[in-house]
Amino acid sequence: MDFLVFQYPMITIQACLDGLLLGILFALIAYGMALQWGVMNIINIAQGDLVILGGYIAYFMYLYGIHPAWGVIVSPIIMYFVGIAIYKLVINKVVDRDLFISILATFGISILFMQLMNFAFGADVVLANSGYGTTMLFDNNVVLPNSKIFSAFISIVFAICLVVYMKRSKLGRAIRATAQNARAAKILGVDTEKVYAATFGINAALCGVAGALISITFTIHPYMGLPYTIRSFMIVIVAGLGNLPGVAMSGMGLGIFEEFADYILGTEFRIGSVFLLLVLILVYRRFKLSRKREYLK
Amino acid sequence: MKIKNILITFVSAIALLFSTSVVSFAKVVGDKIILGAAISLTGKYSSNGVHTQNGYNMAVDRINSMGGVKVGGKTYKFDIIYYDDESNPKRAAQLAERLISQDKVEFMLGPYSSGLTKAIAPVTEKYGVPMVEANGASRSLFTKGYKYLFAVLAPANLYLDVAIRTAVELNGGKGVRIAQAFEQDAFSQDVRLGILDAAKETGSEIIIDDKLPKELNDMAATLVKVKQMKPDVLVVSGHTKGALTAIRQISEMKVDVPMLAMTHCDAAKLSKQHGKNSQYALCASQWHKTLTYKDDFFKDGMTYAADFEKEFGYDPPYQSAESSAALLVFKDAFERANTFDQKKVRDALAATNMQTFYGNIKFAPGGQNVDKPMVLFQVMCDDAGKCENKVVAPLKWASAELIHPVPKWSER
Repeated sequence: MDFLVFQYPMITIQACLDGLLLGILFALIAYGMALQWGVMNIINIAQGDLVILGGYIAYFMYLYGIHPAWGVIVSPIIMYFVGIAIYKLVINKVVDRDLFISILATFGISILFMQLMNFAFGADVVLANSGYGTTMLFDNNVVLPNSKIFSAFISIVFAICLVVYMKRSKLGRAIRATAQNARAAKILGVDTEKVYAATFGINAALCGVAGALISITFTIHPYMGLPYTIRSFMIVIVAGLGNLPGVAMSGMGLGIFEEFADYILGTEFRIGSVFLLLVLILVYRRFKLSRKREYLK
Repeated sequence: MKIKNILITFVSAIALLFSTSVVSFAKVVGDKIILGAAISLTGKYSSNGVHTQNGYNMAVDRINSMGGVKVGGKTYKFDIIYYDDESNPKRAAQLAERLISQDKVEFMLGPYSSGLTKAIAPVTEKYGVPMVEANGASRSLFTKGYKYLFAVLAPANLYLDVAIRTAVELNGGKGVRIAQAFEQDAFSQDVRLGILDAAKETGSEIIIDDKLPKELNDMAATLVKVKQMKPDVLVVSGHTKGALTAIRQISEMKVDVPMLAMTHCDAAKLSKQHGKNSQYALCASQWHKTLTYKDDFFKDGMTYAADFEKEFGYDPPYQSAESSAALLVFKDAFERANTFDQKKVRDALAATNMQTFYGNIKFAPGGQNVDKPMVLFQVMCDDAGKCENKVVAPLKWASAELIHPVPKWSER
């Protein structure tokens, strides 16, 4: 136990800000998961691997001399089609089965993606340098890498765009209608198949944005996807489905919680404390995964 | 119908007999000495697995083209059976079983990484198969009393020992304040134990001692503590991910520390991925091409590096050099044993005392190489941003002078 974090107010501020910026990025990934979960009742284990794939797209742009920040535009476009392809090839064949089958299927996709990325991009840990520099606050006592600020800013922009899109556009309304009651939506003329495909595509695109941001702020590696899946799963569990402000709040909360756990318990317990929190929350909320399928073909 | 059945049985029986007779001679077939190796060609260690394989192949070609191995008045050539262990310890152990019991290999080369070597060593030990390994440095490999395991590299606890001693020396012999962050895996934790020993001996104090989880690529919290506590030395070890993350966050957070010592800088292609931000980092290395060790096959480090680059198209990392050295050790031991008897080859290996381009090789009873110190290089960049690794310690091999303390970020 180490209470350094409370002894120096600057460290407390630093931990809060670091956690906040990290949490906003997690929330973006989690929002994609919540969307998909809510609309199709699919828990996507491959979420983190889609993130990493998005990261590689930005990394390759960087290798070819394009600034990796453009990855936040290119990566989601490519990933949208990757998402649609996964839906058409695998998901729509298992989506009306038991929840367990869809978890297994996405788990399979996750392993396949890891191996393919390892095969195609190699097992090296890589990163893209943005060259954004650093912001110093409070007489240089609090430092914030501009890449993290950029990540948080872009995440917020995408989240707002998505909310507006879901509220205003035809497809957005169709998605929300399908999430509420797929049968009724279908009777009223919503092409649910198209809605499902688009949902999966949008989720993959969000993962693409997050991946590009992660390649700028952290490092990427073919086998680094799972922690992102677990964190987004946890954020969604805490927030509940179809609750965007909830996802944002729980994302930021988790980020700050992680940072403080790191300072107080030591870095080795950082991930462990996240898992412990997940267990506690599951017990507290007795979250029941809906066994009832609401998918319509 | 009956005749056909009998015929089939007969033919397959002959085929079976033939196949088993071939297999039972597999260790030395004709003029070939067949070695077995499980290597990570896929999975998370695949880049270093390939470096290892390239090192092995380079040495096999070189030894074969320069006259091979002379045993009992006859000349033999090396050949290696490779299997892909998928970077998975369980799979590596299975493949070792398979190499020994099915392929009847009687001599083994090591896999990549301490973890996989740990998985294979009990198997080779059980069958009494001598294994020369070049990529498992974990201290625990050498404390189990293995008799058939020989490592050409220095054990992990010595990796950054020299960094601490250098820092103490520069501090006028007084102890220093150390901050350290190590990943939670066998190798990095062994490096940590080495630092603890060095700290104790030099009267240094460890003020930050963090462990980084495998899944984490963020060490901002550790670095904030470093900023606040101002240690004299920051030590980081966490494979390539640790090295890349450390440099990224140290440069972004403008963490000033007089000495930064790490492992896996060349595997991480640190100076290529981070350019000038990686400047002044000190890195532990088993080998560097500018060292002046010599042998008859590769001449010296510079020649080895040039030949390697010609063949594989990249500068050899130390993982390749040490793998090549493993073959030189085998050749030497076979010739001194003058037989293929496993026990006698094992005894010859234990008595090894030689110099290779990679360094001196002499095994302690535990199997680790005790005759080759680690070197430290420092990343040095010119004004154009081109960076090079230069050996700075131990002084005997230094090709440049250590820059200490590291200039502050505000002055760079």
